[in-house]
Order: sequence, then structure tokens, then C-alpha cells
Amino acid sequence: MRTTQTPATDQLADVFARHGRERSDLIPILQEAQDKLGYLSKETMRAIARQLRVPASSVLGVATFYAQFYLQPRGRHRVVVCRGTACHVRGSREIREGVEQKLGIREGETTEDLLFSYETVACLGNCALAPLLVIDDRYHGRMTRERAATILDEYLQGEAQARGTD
Amino acid sequence: MEPIRSAEELFALKERLRGDPQRHLPCISLCDTGCRALGSAAVRDTFIAEIRKRGLSDKVRLQTTGCHGFCERGPVLVVRPQGIFYQRVAPEDVPEIIEKTVLNGETIERLCYRDPVSRKLCHKEEDVPFYRRQSKTVFRHNGMIDPQEIDDYLTLDGYEALAKALQSMTPDEVIEEVSRSGLRGRGGAGFPTGRKWRLCREAEGSPKYTVCNADEGDPGAFMDRGVCEGDPHAILEGMLIGAYAIGASEGYIYVRAEYPIAVKYLSRAIEQAEAYGLLGDSILGTDFSFHLKIKQGAGAFVCGEETALIASIEGHRGMPRPRPPFPAQSGLFGKPTNINNVETWANVPVIISRGADWFASIGTEKSTGTKIFALAGKVQNTGLVEVPMGATLREVVFEIGGGVPRRRTFKAAQMGGPSGGCVPEQYLDMPIDFDSVSAVGAIMGSGGMVVMDNTTCMVEVARYFTDFVQSESCGKCVPCRIGTRRLLETLTRITEGLGEDSDLALLREIGEAVQTASLCGLGKTAPNPTLSTLRHFWHEYEAHVRDKKCPAGVCKALTTFVIDAEKCTGCGLCLKGCPTEAITGELKVPHVIDQEKCIKCGSCRDVCNLGAVLVT
Repeated sequence: MRTTQTPATDQLADVFARHGRERSDLIPILQEAQDKLGYLSKETMRAIARQLRVPASSVLGVATFYAQFYLQPRGRHRVVVCRGTACHVRGSREIREGVEQKLGIREGETTEDLLFSYETVACLGNCALAPLLVIDDRYHGRMTRERAATILDEYLQGEAQARGTD
Repeated sequence: MEPIRSAEELFALKERLRGDPQRHLPCISLCDTGCRALGSAAVRDTFIAEIRKRGLSDKVRLQTTGCHGFCERGPVLVVRPQGIFYQRVAPEDVPEIIEKTVLNGETIERLCYRDPVSRKLCHKEEDVPFYRRQSKTVFRHNGMIDPQEIDDYLTLDGYEALAKALQSMTPDEVIEEVSRSGLRGRGGAGFPTGRKWRLCREAEGSPKYTVCNADEGDPGAFMDRGVCEGDPHAILEGMLIGAYAIGASEGYIYVRAEYPIAVKYLSRAIEQAEAYGLLGDSILGTDFSFHLKIKQGAGAFVCGEETALIASIEGHRGMPRPRPPFPAQSGLFGKPTNINNVETWANVPVIISRGADWFASIGTEKSTGTKIFALAGKVQNTGLVEVPMGATLREVVFEIGGGVPRRRTFKAAQMGGPSGGCVPEQYLDMPIDFDSVSAVGAIMGSGGMVVMDNTTCMVEVARYFTDFVQSESCGKCVPCRIGTRRLLETLTRITEGLGEDSDLALLREIGEAVQTASLCGLGKTAPNPTLSTLRHFWHEYEAHVRDKKCPAGVCKALTTFVIDAEKCTGCGLCLKGCPTEAITGELKVPHVIDQEKCIKCGSCRDVCNLGAVLVT
């Protein structure tokens, strides 16, 4: 987790420096702020509202409208299952069920130990290799329920090892 | 990079680049975008290491390119000048490719594609049936150039169409040429591009904007991604020509954040074009100026709709607004704005350089040029396919796509994403163009083509698309917000075995209301998957509602899988693949499914080569 005690305005100084103070800068600023801080906290959104001189409610309105923004902390690993049409007809539903079973969480949730967040996306544009599982920006094509479980096991083992050496 | 100040300097630079001995070295062109999910990055790194290890840096050229189209067989590469085509390349193959093919011109047959029908080995791209029947216009550079190197684009006459337009054509003549070419918008609706430009040119207001819609939110479509990641300068050049014709001085590319490679390559293309002075002030020494910026989308399907896209660039929730005023009159920041899709823009340079007559000679009378389709789903050769308009569905799915795998049968092609519909088997020989596709209840859309076989349930597919549009509805207008929810509830009920006869009429009634009364394109087309499956697959709905059966074996509540003891040889494949150990049986003895444990995932049916798993 990358949260610290520094006020959000200071943490975002470099993000603000790269942009103007127009309303049209709002979405790029939210994107960069999230890249930097992992998610959009209330404090972050308030700081952005002050910077752009727009009501905090508008910032919240935009942040909740788009699928890309997260208002809660996320897990260390981001598990994404594509549910595009090609993935769907080639069995992405089975993979989603398998992932939910393996991680014990539902779509949009994060495991309690903050290791995994699981979400689905509308389409990743890799339809030729459907169905698709993505973990931390690594694409795994032609997925099966079984292989998905094996891949997740590898991550779990990796984490267990990392904890052992701490 | 020195700025290019005139058309003459552009031609001179091209000649200089073409003369560079580096460009005449044996060259390996490796797909580095679509093939990444299959490990092409490791292949690339191995090539770089191997070339360095052997001290071949000044004897061999490695070119990383965009998508070659044949994603099914990735990672793919071509060795030039011979044009030898290799597929499913692994890092272990790299030393041999360099030794035998690059240095000695020999073909490694193991890596060649074998035509499954004729059993012939295909040494070159043009021998492969997948490529042989295609006709590449928009994709002419994909696989030939490094999308991150503007010089590659310039050697293939890049930006010369822009030079021609600026030097020898008035803005009106450019619009006239585009109009005569018959180019229609490739984003889906097929509105004549020239007419759209003219409306914006004639509108009052300054500055004017041109926008490239690279949002591509349709599930099952990835051709715009293919162009952005394979030939970004073609998009820039098209936008520059359009901006000159319309009188626009500023532009935006609105691209999905879900496409990080496309964002990176487009940003780099803009930087390089600026460095050469091809973007900015006084382009090629004329008084035409154009500035281009990238805006990343933030994940909302509705932002593909013009007015919603504009709201999103302005920093608002991406909600559409009623038209008129049309964006051409009052668009971005209240100024005249022209929005075209990626593929539309990429067609423009070739229309200007080769002429409207040439372009109009391709395709059909009312749908000219080519169209790229994203072929996916239950088809042998998935990938990107560019064919002249008017090609038939049979040509695309069976001749290029190789048909449906695993001895199953073709049921339908879903075209146009959630705004489209399912085209059933009886229309396989229909020419695909804007008008004929919409006549059967689908749309060309951006070109997604998802093939469905007899193990796809059409009711469930309708439920799937409705789920998608329901969750993507922006919520502004009631018919879309509530109508899609009611549609989804009804469809879900049917797939769960709780449907009643009256539900079918209800679906049609709600569907037509949503279609009529919604504000924007998302809502107006949201019922299409439901209405088109009702139209073409009525019997499947009936089976769900009256017989409580799912003929395709997809809807879990209505499906029981059993193993046909006569056909089963006890090979054990299904037993191994079963996630819940519901299948038991000795080797060489017919297996049995324990219905208590079975979760109806269908993995046994998927792996069975004998067709012994039956749906009852």
C-alpha cells in the first residue's frame, strides 16, 4: 500500500504541475492520481476539486461514472477476466466461476489480505486468443478453468515464499 | 530530426531513407502487439540477444511490427526479402531462423503453416489461404513497418497524400474527392464521410475540431486496435488531410485506456510527426496549422457515441445529449467538430493518393472500399481480416476463417456487437455491405464478427449482450435505463428455466419501446441482440420456455450432460478435464457422469473428440 500521511495536495503536486486548471483536465488528473496512489480516496478527490475549482460532487460524479476509477484500496495483484463476446462464447463464464472459487471473492472485490483484486472487463481487444485472463498486465490467452487455477496457485505460492523470506 | 519545410524536402527525405543500406538488409518482421499474449516479447528479446551475440547488428535487421492479422497462429513473423512466413514461433527457434533462413535463405518447414485442407506447406504469406483471399488497403502497412518509426512510414510514401492535398488541392477539392470515393463511416452507422466533412466545413465558429474515435468499446472487435498499433501515422495523416479540408486547427484522438500499446504508439507517432514539422504550425511550408492531442478514455462504452465522447473530453460524465445541434454545428467546447472512427481516418490518405475512382472501384456500388473484420469466436482461424465490401459471410468465415472447428456446425455470426444482431446460416451467401447487413437485422458496426456454433445458446447470447448494455447504460434516459433492466430480467428468467410463454411477447414489446424512445445510439440499438435472436431463433426461445430445454447445452438449469456408452471409448480425456471429479470410469470402459457433482460446465463435451457427450 502506497498511502502515507502526506496531505493529498502535496502528493499530487507533480500531477497538478503537468496539467492546466480547466475542467477538461479532470479525467487525465484523476487517471494520473490513481496511477500514483493506487486508488482515489475522498481526500484525493477533494484536493483535485480544489485544484480545478469544481465542486467535489462533480469530481465524485465523474469518478463513479467510469469503470476505470477505484474508490477503495486494491489488492497487490489485479486479476482480470475478459467477458467480451468472443471470450464469452469460448467459455469465460467458467473461468470467472473458477477464479471466484479460487480467490473466495466476487467480481469487484479484494481479498482481505489485500493480495488480489478481481474484476471483469467488457473487452480487451484480444478476441483472437479468447478466453483471456490477465494478471498484473500479463496476458494469458486460450484460458481454461483448470489453467486459471494453476496460474493463480503460482501467484499464491510466490506470495507465500516472499512472506517466508521476509 | 530536421523539420521538413516543403513537399520537395519530403520527397528528398524519402529518397535518402530508401537509399540507406540498413533498409536493404535481410529483415525479420515480428508481430509485437497482438502476439504478445502468446509470448512474442520473449521471441523479440531472444532475437536481439542472438543478433548481438553473433555480431550481426550490421547484417540483419529486426523490425517489430503491428498485427499481421493471423492471430490464431501467433507469434508470427516474416523474413524478408524472400517473404518467408513463420507461425507459432518460440524463443528456441530463434538461432535456427537466423542461421538457416536469414543468413542462408533456407526455409524451416517445421515453422511453416500447413493448409489443413490441401495439406500443403505454405512458405510465404500469400500462400496461406487466410491471407490469399484478403485485400489490404487500410492494413497495407501492417506487418511492413515499425509503428514506432516514422521513417518506416515515410519510405512507403507516408505523408505524401498530405503533401498532395496541401500542394495541389483546395479544401473543397479534397472534400469532393472523398465524397466521390463513396467512403462511409467505418464506426458503424455508415454515414457518408464527405458529407459529414462538408457540414462541418460550412458551419460557423472557430476554432474547429477534428476528433478520432479510437474508443472501440464493442466487445468482440479489435480492428481499430490493430490499426493504432500497426500504422498510427496513417491515422494522423488522415486526420491532417481532414482538418485541412474542414478548416480545423485542433484535434483529439480519444483512445481507450484499456489499449496501453495503442496509447503509447499514438503518442510516439505524434511526437515524431511534430519533430518533423508534420504536426504544428505552417505544415510543409504552407499556412495550414494543426495541433493534435491524445485523450485517454476511462472505460465507458457509451463514450463511443459522439456527443458522449465530447462530454468525456470536456471532463464530464460521458452522457449523450439530444441532437440537433449536431457536433458539426456545436460540438467540442461548443465549436464545430467532426468525429470519425480510426478506420475511416486511415482510409483517407490512400483515397487522396490513389484517387476516388480507384477507391470506388473496390467493393459494391453503395459500400465502397474494404472493411476489416475482427473474426473471433468458434472459428478455426481467428484474427483480423480485410476484404472488399460485398464479400460474403461464407468467404470470410469458411474460406478465410477455415470454418467452425471440432466438427461442429455453424449457427450464426454475431455482427456489430451489442448494437448489432445475429446473422443465421441461411444468409451465408449474402454480400456483406452496410445495407444488406442491416436488412437482416444486424449492422456492420465497427466490424466485430463473432462466430457461434451449435454449442452456443442464442437466448443466452441475447442475455449476455443485454447484461452488457444494461450495465453500460449511462442512466440518463428512462427507456434505456429501465427498459434494458426489464429485458435483462426477462431473459435471465428464461435462461434459468422460469420463463413463460407470455415472456416472448413481452421481450418484443419492451424491445421495440426501448428502440423507439431512447435518446442515443446505445439505447436505440440495445434491444437488437434480443430482437434479432427472437427473429431468427424463435424455436430456441420456445424450447427454453415450453419444453424447459436448452438445445445448445449452455443454460445450466435446463441442461443435463450424459455420456453415450455406445460412442464412448473410455479414453479418459473428459475425466481428466472435469473440475469437480463428477466423471468416473476405467480406461477403455465407457465413462459415467455423476449428476450430483456435475456443475454443467461442458468441459467434458469440449474435449470429447467422439461426440459422446450428449445434451438432454
